[in-house]
Amino acid sequence: MKNLLFVLFILPFCVFSQEKITGTITENINNKEVPLSGANVYWLNTQVGTVTNFDGNFELNYKPEYKKMVISFVGYKTDTISVDSPKKIRHSLKSTANLDEITITARQKASSRSFIQSQNVINVSSAELLKAACCNLAESFETNPSIDVNFADAISGTRQIKMLGLTSPYILITTENVPSIRGASQAYGLSFIPGTWVESIQITKGAGSVVNGYESIAGQINAELQKPMMDDKLFVNAYGSGNGRFELNTHLNTKLSERWSTGLYIHGNMRETEFDKNDDSFLDAPLMQQINVMNRWQYTDTENGYVGFFNVRYLNDEKQTGQTIFNPKEDRGTTNAWGSEIKTQRVDVSGNFGYVNPDVPWQTAGVQMAFSHHDQESYFGLNNYNIQHNSLYVKLLYNSIISDSRHKIKTGVSGTYDGYNELVYTENFNRVENSVGAFFEYNFDNLNDLSYSFGIRGDVHNTLGAFVTPRFHLRYTPWNKSAIRVSAGRGKRSANIFAENQSLFATSRSFNILNNGGNIYGLDPEIAWNYGISYMQGFNIFSRKADITLDFYRTDFVNQIVVDWENPQQINFYNLEGESFSNNFQAEFNYNPFEHFDMRLAYKYYDVETTYLSGKKQTPLTPNHRFFANASYETHQTAKGGNWKFDATYNYVGEQRFASNESYLNTIGLSEFSPSISTLNAQVTKVFSPNFEIYVGGENITNVKQQNPIVGSDNPFGTTFDTTYVYGPIFGSSYYAGLRYRIN
Amino acid sequence: MKSIIAILGIFLISATGFAQNKNAKASIEVDGVCGMCKERIEKASIQAKGVKMATWDVNTHQLNLIYNEGKTDLTKIQQSIADSGHDTQDIKAKDEVYESIDPCCKYRDQQVVDDHKDD
Repeated sequence: MKNLLFVLFILPFCVFSQEKITGTITENINNKEVPLSGANVYWLNTQVGTVTNFDGNFELNYKPEYKKMVISFVGYKTDTISVDSPKKIRHSLKSTANLDEITITARQKASSRSFIQSQNVINVSSAELLKAACCNLAESFETNPSIDVNFADAISGTRQIKMLGLTSPYILITTENVPSIRGASQAYGLSFIPGTWVESIQITKGAGSVVNGYESIAGQINAELQKPMMDDKLFVNAYGSGNGRFELNTHLNTKLSERWSTGLYIHGNMRETEFDKNDDSFLDAPLMQQINVMNRWQYTDTENGYVGFFNVRYLNDEKQTGQTIFNPKEDRGTTNAWGSEIKTQRVDVSGNFGYVNPDVPWQTAGVQMAFSHHDQESYFGLNNYNIQHNSLYVKLLYNSIISDSRHKIKTGVSGTYDGYNELVYTENFNRVENSVGAFFEYNFDNLNDLSYSFGIRGDVHNTLGAFVTPRFHLRYTPWNKSAIRVSAGRGKRSANIFAENQSLFATSRSFNILNNGGNIYGLDPEIAWNYGISYMQGFNIFSRKADITLDFYRTDFVNQIVVDWENPQQINFYNLEGESFSNNFQAEFNYNPFEHFDMRLAYKYYDVETTYLSGKKQTPLTPNHRFFANASYETHQTAKGGNWKFDATYNYVGEQRFASNESYLNTIGLSEFSPSISTLNAQVTKVFSPNFEIYVGGENITNVKQQNPIVGSDNPFGTTFDTTYVYGPIFGSSYYAGLRYRIN
Repeated sequence: MKSIIAILGIFLISATGFAQNKNAKASIEVDGVCGMCKERIEKASIQAKGVKMATWDVNTHQLNLIYNEGKTDLTKIQQSIADSGHDTQDIKAKDEVYESIDPCCKYRDQQVVDDHKDD
């Protein structure tokens, strides 16, 4: 009897062990489930598996200890499903369609360089962007040693970025691979992209790829914006600073259907408090207000390999600066008081659409289109400056491989139209530029120690002429955890002399163009070659990760539009005659001495020289030495996901040459070189949960100030008035606080 | 015009001539334990003539392939992988080749496999 019971008890298990599981594997084509033959179906961590037949059906032995079934097929996403009983399985596989031109490797580190890519690219993730709590794209580089952030002048409050010692016009700045900050938006454009809109940034030092155009000389910066499908459903960021600046960012993202998502991004900032801490009768920071609204639509159909974005953006930005007593309504156009207003309106409409062949995932095609209308009306004292810029950009891109995935190619065509309409004082400058071009880039990767890319593009441009742009990158890994990179490339561009040098209007200088009959303001195109070599080595110190990077880059100008500030009464623009170059050496050291603590040290050396009418000199306001240090620490996450984050950044800027000669500089209270300066920023973030965090921080904590940033401030309509002798902070220390709230 | 038709005709003939799938897909089992194995397996696959794309999954041990049937077949590809030191579902790597791979990749050793469990 006992034995019988035992047998009865054991029998079901035997029956179970004999059991088979059946099912059907399909894929979704045009909303219909179509059988997928040849797909692999097997139990995780076992040798038990089979392949689906022509009708997508399979039959597989089942045992209760088999819990996870893996379904895979090349070109499709591998799925692992839980199976707790031998019921019939129906499962649909998704094809791995991926159109992103730049793949960002997921890492814990906030900013990182790759050991594998042939280009010298620094990825800056959203975690790094949070370290600089405020507020727009220009300021988000303050924790990055490869980009230097300076004040452009003493009145507009705008930051100017430099790379390899060269100003931002020589950097190709793109949003989602469409050239965006150029032409009329060159001076203030970085402040038109709110920091919270940026998902990640890729900084390429040196020549960069030919895919995005011929204009880059010092490097490329690409900002990826938030994607409606990935971003939080609701995100709110509020910020207030003791320097009078307030910002509010709101993101609203909605999934409309399986394929459509939309996001609304609203940014507003303002400063209404007047500060004149240094008693020079001028505002230390401009009064400002900005409304910036963007609507994005994202379409994703991974089954058939279609993805797309459509964006509309409207911006209205108003700044007022100058003397505290200045009243725009009464004093504009008079010498009662010196004041300035800069009003900018901008509309952007852009879209991109891409296709990934689901059968052969390496074959992708895409089209990008962007239109912008930029309208700036401004005056600086008695000087008027208006610029309108309409721009259209179209690019078709095709990616594939030659023979196998070690040999990748990118090719396509692009076209641009730029219409400029400028009023400078009382003089009109109108210009239309258009171009069409084709590009081809070949990438080789032996999957081991060598990869290189060679790109070439040919363009026909109505003012730059017909020209060829070659670019080359190579990466070699001689031993473990190392990378040697070499790059070379050519860049060519037309200089928008007024838009790029708007600080000249806030001076008593007169401008001169030493016209040689060229096509662009009577001047020639700018042409430069950039060469770079970089060595990166990862290693361990006391079994903690560390790496060191040594970069050397040289930029050689074949022609440059020299911006000559040497005569204190004038600004002269002319074609380069003689040598102009930039040498940049950077040593960067990253170390993770203990868990959750990261430090980064960087030393930078710049030798940037240009041949002026008065001889070869260091470019003004470019220090020879810079030192950068950043430390960040975060505590362990609690069960609720809360923790503390601490971050501090130190910058040392060596002495900088002022334009013009020593005897003149002495008469305005300056010497030939500025003093060196050190600044310190710090921030503490308290994360309460993944949904809510608050932060407080200090900018320029040691309260370093340039004493008399405006030369001739006592007589702004006199002959010595100049706001461009700026080497350091004007405001002194200020403290801020903010919060971030999100619902996923 | 005639020549265009002729060219078109040649194109069509050559297109129909490819009865063998130029982008054949297959998924095979290849043994290995770590990221270094992945690199070695994928490299050995792609270096085999006719293989266009190869991705190996460290968890499932599945190697997904896209290859030109006109130029190669699964046996040749598996031979190339076995020559690099990895056992495939049909071809076992020679012991002397297996011995030459990195100690951390010794997938036949249960101890090494267990060491990688937590990766």
